[in-house]
This record gives sequence, structure tokens and C-alpha cells, in this order.
Amino acid sequence: MLYREAGQFKASYEEDQQIFPIRQDRVGMAVLLAFFFLAVPMFASQYWLQAILIPVLIFSLAAIGLNILTGYAGQLSLGSAAFMAVGAFGAYNFMLRIDGMPFLLGIVLGGLSAALVGVAFGLPSLRIKGFYLAVATLAAQFFIVWALVKFPWFSNYSSSGVISAQEIQILGYAFTTPESKYLLTLAVVTVFALVAKNLVRSTTGRRWMAVRDMDVAAEVIGIRPMRAKLSAFAVSSFYCGVAGALYAYTYLGTVEPEGFNLDLSFKILFMIIIGGVGSILGSFLGAAFIVLLPILLNVVMHSTLGSAMPPGLGSNLELIIFGGLIIFFLIVEPHGLARLWQLGKDKLRLWPFPH
Amino acid sequence: MMNEMAQTATLPESGRRIGEVILDLKNISLRFGGVKALTDISFDVREHEIRSIIGPNGAGKSSMLNVMNGVYHPQEGTILFRGEPRQQMDPHMAATQGIARTFQNIALFKGMSVLDNIMTGRNLKMKTNLFQHALFWGAAQREEIEHRKKVEEVIDFLEIQSIRKTPVGRLPYGLQKRVELARALAAEPTLLLLDEPMAGMNVEEKQDMCRFILDVNDQFGTTIVLIEHDMGVVMDISDRVVVLDYGKKIGDGTPDEVKNDPDVIAAYLGASH
Repeated sequence: MLYREAGQFKASYEEDQQIFPIRQDRVGMAVLLAFFFLAVPMFASQYWLQAILIPVLIFSLAAIGLNILTGYAGQLSLGSAAFMAVGAFGAYNFMLRIDGMPFLLGIVLGGLSAALVGVAFGLPSLRIKGFYLAVATLAAQFFIVWALVKFPWFSNYSSSGVISAQEIQILGYAFTTPESKYLLTLAVVTVFALVAKNLVRSTTGRRWMAVRDMDVAAEVIGIRPMRAKLSAFAVSSFYCGVAGALYAYTYLGTVEPEGFNLDLSFKILFMIIIGGVGSILGSFLGAAFIVLLPILLNVVMHSTLGSAMPPGLGSNLELIIFGGLIIFFLIVEPHGLARLWQLGKDKLRLWPFPH
Repeated sequence: MMNEMAQTATLPESGRRIGEVILDLKNISLRFGGVKALTDISFDVREHEIRSIIGPNGAGKSSMLNVMNGVYHPQEGTILFRGEPRQQMDPHMAATQGIARTFQNIALFKGMSVLDNIMTGRNLKMKTNLFQHALFWGAAQREEIEHRKKVEEVIDFLEIQSIRKTPVGRLPYGLQKRVELARALAAEPTLLLLDEPMAGMNVEEKQDMCRFILDVNDQFGTTIVLIEHDMGVVMDISDRVVVLDYGKKIGDGTPDEVKNDPDVIAAYLGASH
């Protein structure tokens, strides 16, 4: 009854083009943003901010990056974590080696380095497709991590290969508290999510999707598949790179190349599969699902079973349930949580009537 | 054949004027390894006409269209488009020159809405870049709206207003064919190649499609090259017909000439015609 577009008429194409054409969605989004920008930093505990919300936001950003490449442009990739590593180490080196490098410019430059590397590793996509391309992007995953370990210059000759992120300063303000780091991450992710939405609803996004859905037809109407694919690789790697820089600066503080391993790439891939391939919202839902579910399981197990079970069993049981839930979700809704949300909204539009 | 090329015919009933030769194919031969798809085929297409290509299955009709818009490259022969000879061209170049086409098996972008599919048809006319799209402000938004207006004209023209926000995958076959035509028309082509636009349609859908093809030709003056198996339709709407069989041209002329050509009857039309 509350969620209905009846009576909301679009009198111009500007109005019809809005990201949220239904008024209730716009109000909902404003409330959501206000909640996360104002209420959360005031009331959330340090643990929630630093260990849950910041990583969810960062993984959402990485998932948006992979979703642009895989969900919108149809190019399967297993190298997202490596592009995050390029972003993290790139930002670190730019800020280390250039005096007075502003933080935001530093992470953007880190992202741009990742974009360049991404384009280079995207070149095989011009000839190979699907699973074969996924295997080719594995080369990026292994090569980049190897190179970051092999050449100590990247980690400023640190003996363990670990880099410690410099203090974040913007216009003289130091971001040291979890609240400020959370707000900074949230602001960056919000802006990047908006930009991603703009890209996918414009000609750029239509070109990506055209190449994904039918590359021959795309070429016949004048789209250059090469440009579309490489631009998707560039934008996607840029997003992953920025996510990697935030991962180092606002989340962990210290990172090593091995932290960006294949496991992390798979994790991001699972996020978009569970959240929804080809959906910006799905990237957030998937990231939240993958980060939050193990924590939730852990809490539930400890509160119900407590100390009754042997210590090794608990963590293994968690993994089993986690895997089972993923399979369950994929069977119930193979298009991900975003589709589930969409179906729910469609139902709500008609509710309480059946048609 | 030379005589026929020399005269410029007008069709008084519609007032449209058949113009100069816009596409001239000379001695085209296309081979895939040892298989000869097309052998020494020559014909031309005049501005504003509806030119049909007919022939039995495997005659090389679709290959011919693929040669016209640069998907296939013939080993021999020359192609003149607007008097300019061309050697190697890719589909992108063909599109920039104003050649649009539809496919025998629907080649829509399944994951996108009808509107987005048709908007994609205008991508060559979009001048803003990725960074402007990222902001979706100013020039990018203005351009989006300007092209949306054009796309809405095409949508009105083809009477698909009610489905503009529907994902194309959910549409019935006949409508998908119509959306594909809309996507080709959105590029405002000078030469439109239609590969079996009426295949698999029922009578009403065929009638609609015929009407649209004739209207496109009449109102926009678009030159149309058409492959179709429904002889009633072909003979009705074509200005000239070229007949292929086993990769060779066996007939060329007005529908009446082709209909009565003994070679064409033997190879394709059958004796009952």
C-alpha cells in the first residue's frame, strides 16, 4: 500500500532517467544514507565500525569493480585481489615517494596504476572468452603477487614485505579514530557507487552490456568490442585498486602481498554471484552477506552450544553451514540477492492484491 | 541487365523516387576453405529501392548480406558504396557509413530493456566520453535526452510504446523482431539490410512487418535489402529481386520478370507458380 508508483507521472525524460524513479525509493535511500552517515558513527561500537562496517564497505567497492567487468561487460576475472594489491601498493608508494601527496589523490593514483595493469592483463580478452579468460586472469593474480614480493622496492625494502600505511591526513585533519576512518570509507564508497551507477546507465554501460550479450551484433551497430572490453577492464581494475588502497589505509593499516591471494579473489567473485551479477545493489548485498554471515554464525554457535563442543568442531561447522547456505541461496535465487530484492519490491507494489 | 541498370524508374503511386546506384557489387566470390559460398556475383542496389534476395536454403543469401556490411571479406570482386570502391572493411566501418542490419536469428541484447537496446543503436552518434558518463551531468545528460527523443520517435513509429521498459528476453518472438528493426532504425541508416525479417511470424505479424518496411522505405527514404522466403511478400513489396542458387546468381529483375524466369522456376519457385 505504501510502496506504489501510482500517481507519480514523469513529464520529462530527466525525470524518467532518475536512478530511483519511484519517490518511495528516493526517500528510502535518503533515510539509509542519513542512517549510515549520521546515526551509525554516533552509536556503533568501535568493533562494529572497524571490524565489520569498514570491510563490508571496502569489499562492496571491490565487488562493484568486479561486477562492472563480469556482470556488465561479461568478462570473467579471477584477478580482483591482485588489482587490489596494485592499488594498495601503488597508493603506498605514491604517498611514500612524493612529499605532500594528498591522501585522496594518492588513492586515486593507486587506482589508476591498477587500471593500467588491468588493461594490460585485459588484452587476452580480445581473443579468448569465458572460462579460458578466467584462467588467463589467473596469470594476473599470480604474477602481480609474485612481482610485489620479488621486487622489494614496492614495499620500500621492508624485510618482511609488509607495508605499514601512512597516517591519513586530509587538509590537515588526521583520520585516526575508527569513526573518522569509517566516514571516510563510506564517503568514498558512496561517491564511487554513484559513479558506477552513472556509467552503467549511460552509453558506456550499454556498450559493455551489448558486448556481453551479443558481440557480433554489437560490432554491426558500430561498437568496438576492443574498446568496450578494455574500458571495462580499466574501470573495473580502478575500482578494485581504490578498494585495495582503502583496504590498506582505513581497514588493516598493514598489508603484505600474500594477503591479496586467490582466496580473496574468489571471495569477491562469490560476493557478486550471491549478491547479483550485473547489479550495483547486489555488490553491496553480496559483500555484506559474505562478511557478516560467518560472524553471525560464530555468534549463534557460541551462544547456543557454548563450551559444550570441542574447539575444532565449531569453526569447521561454521564453514559447513556457510557453504550450505551459499548453495541454498543459489538454488532458491540463482540471480542473487538483488533479484530477490527486486521481486520483493514488485510484489510490494501490488500488495495486498494478487495482480 | 545493362539496359535495366540504365533506366531510372519512378513509382508514381507512392511518389518515392528510385535514385542512383548506392551499392554496386561486382564479381563477388567468397570461399570458406574449399567451400564456395558465393561465385562471381554481380548486382547493384539503387537508392530508395527495396531490393530482395531470394533463393533456396544455402544459396548464399546471408553470406551476401555479411559481405555487404563487412562481416565477411570476399576473396574476389569489388564493392562500390556511393561510387567509392572499398577493399577491406569491418562492420564498424560499415556502421559509420550508414549501413544497419537485422539478423536471421534474433541478435538482441537479451539482458537489456527494449529502450536500452534501441538506445544502443544510436551509440555511434553519441559523442560524450566515459568520464562525462561517470558524472551523468551536463553534456552527457543532454546527449542522453536528445537521443532518447529520437529513440522515442522510432518507438512510436514501430508501435512498441507499451514495452519500452521490458527486458527483451521476456518478449514474444514477433515483438523481438520488431525491436531488432527498431534498433537498426535508431541508427538512421541509409542502407538497411534485413535478414528474413518475417521468418516464423504469423500472418498478422507479417502484415505489420510489411507495413513497417514499406513505411520506413517511404517516409525515411531508406534503401532496403531484404532476404525473405515468403514469396507473396517478396513479390509484393520489392522493386527488384535477385535470385541466388548454390552461390550463383540465376536471376535478377523486377518481381514479374523473376517470377516468369524459367531458371528461377526450376531452381526455387517450382512449377506451380
